Amino acid sequence: MQSSPYVLAPNSVSRIMFTVLLALLPAIAVQIWLFGPAILISLAIATISALGFEAFVLNLRERPIWPAISDGSAILTAWLLTLSIPSIAPWWLTVTGIFFAIVIAKHLYGGLGNNVFNPAMVGYAALIVSFPVPMTQWAAPDSLAHHYLDGIDAIHYIFNHRLPDGWSLDAISSATPLDTLRTQLKLHHSVSMIRQMPMFGQLAGRGSEMVALAYLAGGLFLFTKRIISWHIPLAMLGALALVSGIFWLIDPQYYASPLFELVAGGSLLGAFFIATDPVSAATTPHGKLIYGAGIGILVYLIREFGAYPDGVAFGVLLMNIAVPLIDAWTQPAPYGHKKDAA
Amino acid sequence: MTDRLHTFHGGIHPEEHKTLSTTHPIAQAPIPARLIVPVRQHIGEPARPCVSIGEKVRKGQIIAQADGYVSLPAHAPTSGIVTAIAPHPVPHPSGLSDLCIHIEPDGQDIWIEHSASDYQSMHPSTLRNLLRDMGIAGLGGAVFPTFAKLNPGKAVKIPTLLLNGGECEPWITCDDMVMRERADDILRGAAIMRHLLQSDEILVGIEDNKPQAIAAMRTAAQQSDIPVRIISIPTLYPSGGAKQLIKIITGREVPSGGRSTDIGVATFNVGTALAVHRAVNLGEPMVSRVVTVTGNVGQAQNFDVMIGTPMQDLIALTGLPPEPVSGVIMGGPMMGIKITDLHAPAVKATNCILVKSGTMFPSPPPAMECIRCTRCAEVCPAELQPQALYWFARSKHFDKAREYALFDCIECGCCSYVCPSHIPLVQYYRFAKSEIAATEANERASNLARQRHDARTARLEREARERAERLAQKSAAKPAGDEAKQAAIDAAIARAQTQKTTSE
Repeated sequence: MQSSPYVLAPNSVSRIMFTVLLALLPAIAVQIWLFGPAILISLAIATISALGFEAFVLNLRERPIWPAISDGSAILTAWLLTLSIPSIAPWWLTVTGIFFAIVIAKHLYGGLGNNVFNPAMVGYAALIVSFPVPMTQWAAPDSLAHHYLDGIDAIHYIFNHRLPDGWSLDAISSATPLDTLRTQLKLHHSVSMIRQMPMFGQLAGRGSEMVALAYLAGGLFLFTKRIISWHIPLAMLGALALVSGIFWLIDPQYYASPLFELVAGGSLLGAFFIATDPVSAATTPHGKLIYGAGIGILVYLIREFGAYPDGVAFGVLLMNIAVPLIDAWTQPAPYGHKKDAA
Repeated sequence: MTDRLHTFHGGIHPEEHKTLSTTHPIAQAPIPARLIVPVRQHIGEPARPCVSIGEKVRKGQIIAQADGYVSLPAHAPTSGIVTAIAPHPVPHPSGLSDLCIHIEPDGQDIWIEHSASDYQSMHPSTLRNLLRDMGIAGLGGAVFPTFAKLNPGKAVKIPTLLLNGGECEPWITCDDMVMRERADDILRGAAIMRHLLQSDEILVGIEDNKPQAIAAMRTAAQQSDIPVRIISIPTLYPSGGAKQLIKIITGREVPSGGRSTDIGVATFNVGTALAVHRAVNLGEPMVSRVVTVTGNVGQAQNFDVMIGTPMQDLIALTGLPPEPVSGVIMGGPMMGIKITDLHAPAVKATNCILVKSGTMFPSPPPAMECIRCTRCAEVCPAELQPQALYWFARSKHFDKAREYALFDCIECGCCSYVCPSHIPLVQYYRFAKSEIAATEANERASNLARQRHDARTARLEREARERAERLAQKSAAKPAGDEAKQAAIDAAIARAQTQKTTSE
């Protein structure tokens, strides 16, 4: 028997998921514009395989398939993983990552709402550990590439690993700015010298900095739609800026500026779209601040002192582990329980 | 204190639908063919019927006596004949029946003798007893006996008397219309309440979606000789919740498990103040109240309704529903209860009868998994973590639910309203609360049984000990007895031998 309340706000899980997908569109558009259409092919591969794995596992679990397929959560996971790996990644890399995200991280933990770890980041982590080489071959921005990789070329490359005659992989790809910075610093070049290289732009990487700003715009859109709260993005970016700022002040020739760290790599995508995944994030207001700040600090530590060029995935996954503890320790005092209230 | 307002945490803006029922003034509902007066319309012990079947009663006559301290009598809402004292469907979440006094009105509506009281010269306890005899209960929904709340007790005085004109539930407009039309009488009632509580000031909080009520109350306040301030508060559900209204107006929080009087505030619904005025200044017990009949009805309107009027009679007053009726709610859509039998009467707690249709109140989509988005925590006016309470209730971790302040949940429904997974969260909390209450009742019962068992064991042990002691005492006295016995035996042997010798 249904009891009160008898009215519901016009809201749903699928509405949330599709709004987040909508918020990703500007960044995808910028990426197509500056890096070519390869990302669309990868997104399609990821979306289809995510829905396929989702339906397959739901079938095994004897759960209704359509409600879960149509809620948009598998598509969102697929897109977030795709946007975290090279757009020209071979198809099997994408599919393998999606398998880890949907089957292992999501459904083996009980499906939507029950996963302890962020599924997209589990997929990413599995790929970077297992297949480090293709994970570092990113599409170069069109302005730097020697050849323009159009849709047909991209399909050939992604599915057959074949480029048009006479093209080398180097002609269309490059390492990421974070990767380049790391390797160049090891060669005892200073940050200001490295930043003179053509792959760097005004803020971080040429081209990729524009994509990052599009993530920022999408994130602000989600904030105005009240789909994400300010706590996690602000805490994560604030902590990242603070820690990187301290090192930068100590030695600006060896440590990149906070602005560079904020725009480079997965900082903005992570802050607004990945760390804010509600299922695997902390839930209390103070908990969200601790969770976000923890990710921000870990991102910097992994970038500077770890073995991987970017730290968003491992930062998020490590903080996912801490969520139950953070939530338990940060319970806010309810109405009538505050010491200074009465 | 200034008029600077404070805010409570969270809250929502559901669609209001209030203007539907405010286009017409409050109308007098006709005397129905049959009145059903439940003996339990208030919080506390039910009243005990004191009339017999076939008895003629007059309007205002006590037909059931208060039983115990926290209890109220029931009155005949009009003159007529008692036709039955029997169980009848009543508006209650359980949908169960309860004992009701059935009256067939004679249409004369003849009052018992009644007169005004000069409350200024009355002893406070006499005045409280009067309000008790008049059956006055809080009309905001909780129907707690008003006289009991009007006792400052050891505190001697309650500095702030707060009248609640928030009426934040969508659809309901009875308080709004009462304030528009009967503002002077509300303040006359408030003056009586203030007299009992010795309050320094009277504050009236009204949501700003009721400008006409605010204007009427301000005019009345200007003409009144008591210190009244009418405070317009932002419209935000559930600002009409007593704890939320107190927070908005005073900035303070009622301590968990405590009462508002702990922080010097007594809160009453504006309709209750009106009822107090009528009871004291006119001598009229609570035999009627204003009820909003709205929703899927011909013309939504407020009615002055005799307690005991069957709900279907009231719905009939509003004409034909434009759409198929899909159900009826007593109260509002956020906290109301489902009425399964429309023969159930309007009672003191009936502020609204909301008739539903499938299009106005579509059935909720199937619930999905919680995605921990914490929209519920963002809107919770009790500042709880509804998502955590849900996990604990669902997994039956009731100790954890209680630790996370489950019992501070006011069941306002904000969490369920915003939940994107459409989880009926409040149902889970009600379930957990009732499970905990049942467990505690069991524990109390088993504790009592254990105490009884222990007492019995102790008594049996004591008795056995005493018996043993008595035996010990007896055996201490034994030597003398033995000698006597021996003597008797010896004597018997001697006698027997004598007999033997004689017979030989």
